[in-house]
Amino acid sequence: MDEAEVVKPKKNAVGGRLCCLCNQRRPALKRPKTLEQICRECFYTVFEEEIHRVIVDNQLFKPGERIAIGASGGKDSTVLAYVMSELNRRHNYGLDLFLLSVDEGITGYRDDSLETVKRNEIQYGLPLKVVSYKDLYGWTMDEIVKIIGLKNNCTFCGVFRRQALDRGAALLKVDKLVTGHNADDIAETVLLNILRGDIARLSRCTSITTGEEGPIPRCKPFKYTYEKEIVMYAYFKRLDYFSTECIYSPNAYRGFAREFIKDLERLRPRAILDIIKSGEDFRISTSTKMPEQGTCERCGYISSQKWCKACVLLDGLNRGLPKLGIGRSRGPNSDRQRDMKQSNGTRDIQSKQCGTLDF
Amino acid sequence: MACSSGSCQSGCYKDNNDAEVEEENRQYQKREAANRHSLCIKCKSNETIAATNPTAASLAGGGDGSRFCAECFRSNLFGKFKFAVTSNAMISPSDNVLVAFSGGTCSRVALQFVHEMQCKAQKNFDASRDRSLPVFGVGVAFINESAIYPVSSQQLDDAIEDMKLVVSNLTPPTKVFHVIPTASIYSSDLGEGNVRLKELVNGVSDATGKEDLMLHLRMLSLQKIALENGYTKLLLGSCTSRIACHVITATVKGQGYSLAADIQYVDARWGVPVVLPLRDCLTHELKMLCRLDSLNTVEVFDTPHSGINGLVSSFVKVLQLLCFRKENASRECTIVRTAGKLTPFDFNRMPESDDLNCHLASQRRRKKYNLQSNESLPPESFCRICNSPLNKSDSLSLNDVENGQLNAEAFGPKCCLSCQFQILPKEPSSVEHFYSLLPQPIITLAKDDGCNWRSLREQIQDCLLSDSEDGT
Repeated sequence: MDEAEVVKPKKNAVGGRLCCLCNQRRPALKRPKTLEQICRECFYTVFEEEIHRVIVDNQLFKPGERIAIGASGGKDSTVLAYVMSELNRRHNYGLDLFLLSVDEGITGYRDDSLETVKRNEIQYGLPLKVVSYKDLYGWTMDEIVKIIGLKNNCTFCGVFRRQALDRGAALLKVDKLVTGHNADDIAETVLLNILRGDIARLSRCTSITTGEEGPIPRCKPFKYTYEKEIVMYAYFKRLDYFSTECIYSPNAYRGFAREFIKDLERLRPRAILDIIKSGEDFRISTSTKMPEQGTCERCGYISSQKWCKACVLLDGLNRGLPKLGIGRSRGPNSDRQRDMKQSNGTRDIQSKQCGTLDF
Repeated sequence: MACSSGSCQSGCYKDNNDAEVEEENRQYQKREAANRHSLCIKCKSNETIAATNPTAASLAGGGDGSRFCAECFRSNLFGKFKFAVTSNAMISPSDNVLVAFSGGTCSRVALQFVHEMQCKAQKNFDASRDRSLPVFGVGVAFINESAIYPVSSQQLDDAIEDMKLVVSNLTPPTKVFHVIPTASIYSSDLGEGNVRLKELVNGVSDATGKEDLMLHLRMLSLQKIALENGYTKLLLGSCTSRIACHVITATVKGQGYSLAADIQYVDARWGVPVVLPLRDCLTHELKMLCRLDSLNTVEVFDTPHSGINGLVSSFVKVLQLLCFRKENASRECTIVRTAGKLTPFDFNRMPESDDLNCHLASQRRRKKYNLQSNESLPPESFCRICNSPLNKSDSLSLNDVENGQLNAEAFGPKCCLSCQFQILPKEPSSVEHFYSLLPQPIITLAKDDGCNWRSLREQIQDCLLSDSEDGT
């Protein structure tokens, strides 16, 4: 919890300053995005209104749509679930909202966070669907880590989660999936793609909606929402969320680019938005090659290769060759170079990545 | 024990223990490896720089220093420079090239290489019978920024003397050395120019903004020297490392649209086209060359970057170091390569010269790569402060510029969002003051644009059905 930004009320009493938005109440916090001193009520209003504007301006939803909210129990998805149900009610979006969770099978982490999501189900009155790696793939992350160790486990988890979310969304028969990726996440992805030389991903990592060609489009209503403000919102609203980092990736969010972005934010809060703007404005010729999408011969999931990434990894696990699909080993896909690259850390933003830049 | 089996033919002493033998083996392998590696991987005959000049090699972090001998390293680096020059038609025989010289490593090497190229051209000229190919001219410019970055006058004088010496030693052919203070961009006398310059720059509260404004003013000063002295190209020593930093800073400042304009070999949006022949050379390579060839460098205004620029340059430096240690690869190169894939602007090509002096022979000689025209249309307008192309969706609709009012109010919206944020004052009253302090070139630029636009409108006036732009 970042409490440094919370202005102590005593100080204000002395200065007698008022919220610079409503000019009526005492400011309770310094807004991370603008450094304005505002009161709690005004913070809720601007925070929610900004997200509402993003949703309306980008026409993210249509009335009557069924929407799944990717819920991990963490701060981003908890605030997303809360704000989405609030806005849906307040502005009559006419959406059917669902919570969708993935149970990776990580004892001491996911079991606890799932409890949080189950409480959210009751608190916000949103039906919850949980899909588990064990049911879908026959393996839990605990079992996978036992075999593969702590080195490439995030590759398995990321690939499996992406597909699990799609399968869960299909089971719920939803039209769209919303995820809690925030502005910091997107700015980080822009930088990482520059550092890795991945122009194709650089061109699409700032799109608010992705996967429109796939089975279920995904969108990011928090695209312009600062992580710090999400934490602040959860803190002031006393939202019930789970705040432990994954035990198999203890250094998540301590990545190099992440630190850099935090430093930038301290120096110039608008830098995060500026990075996203740059990402949107980059002149990338539309002829940049995109891998042709087909379907996996094994499971029918979208794939640019003969087998989808999850099937390759799963096949390796089941055959006792867990390194298959990681690094430069040979597998069932003949032309695997591109695929290899993906496994080496260039995961899409969709599978919210943990771990750091692969140096 | 070493030889427990009778079949051992290693020749080791039987009373040696395992550890000792192993240690010796390791030492031997190390020596062998060292011997193998101390030969240049290119010519395979000379010793590497690491062996002959360890201090110079240490500058390169053990990369090129342990692979090449000094000769091969030098020719490799010069090769990169030359390829950039020839493949982008940067210098033609009829050109008069102004080299921007700060005294630092990069511009020192740029000057050296340009001189070598000029020498060769001179030799060819002297040797050829018909003397059909003239030798391009070279001038050197140093911008004195002491008005903003204070240094003692003694220090400055010494540095300028050193630079004069450097330039005068690079003969024949002789090169003119221009030393110009930044204040010369004001047409008024220097004293008054200095006052206005100081007030302008010190009025910018944002540290990063101030630094960037100085950068733009430096470019204006260089352009002024080039234009007034008949130079046809302005050559900068920007190296890969520096460009990599620019890629990240531009991204962080929200200049993603204009970024592609700044990082190409050629940038002809200025009065005198700017060329970057060291775009493919890394700082540490240039440093090593300076050490190897004892090229004197003078750091006059070696102020450490502050604000965003400082943060980014330390970030890139650490990335480069990490990447180099782990994979022996250059993160800086990857960054520049990524940005290089962005679509450049039309002005990033050398304009076709209709100069009659441009001989057939020289045209024949020119190799042109990367010069194919792309489909992108030239952007309509440039930021009035930093001259970066404006994204149409950011710039105000033409309506707002229509009345062509050339005052402070009209000036603000004609700047890019980044300059508006970090350079322009926030209060409208201060903008007016800021505008009054701007040097002539920037104001003229703004005026020209307005006039052009109005004259265009006048030409088609008879066909326009309404007074507003959208035709409603």
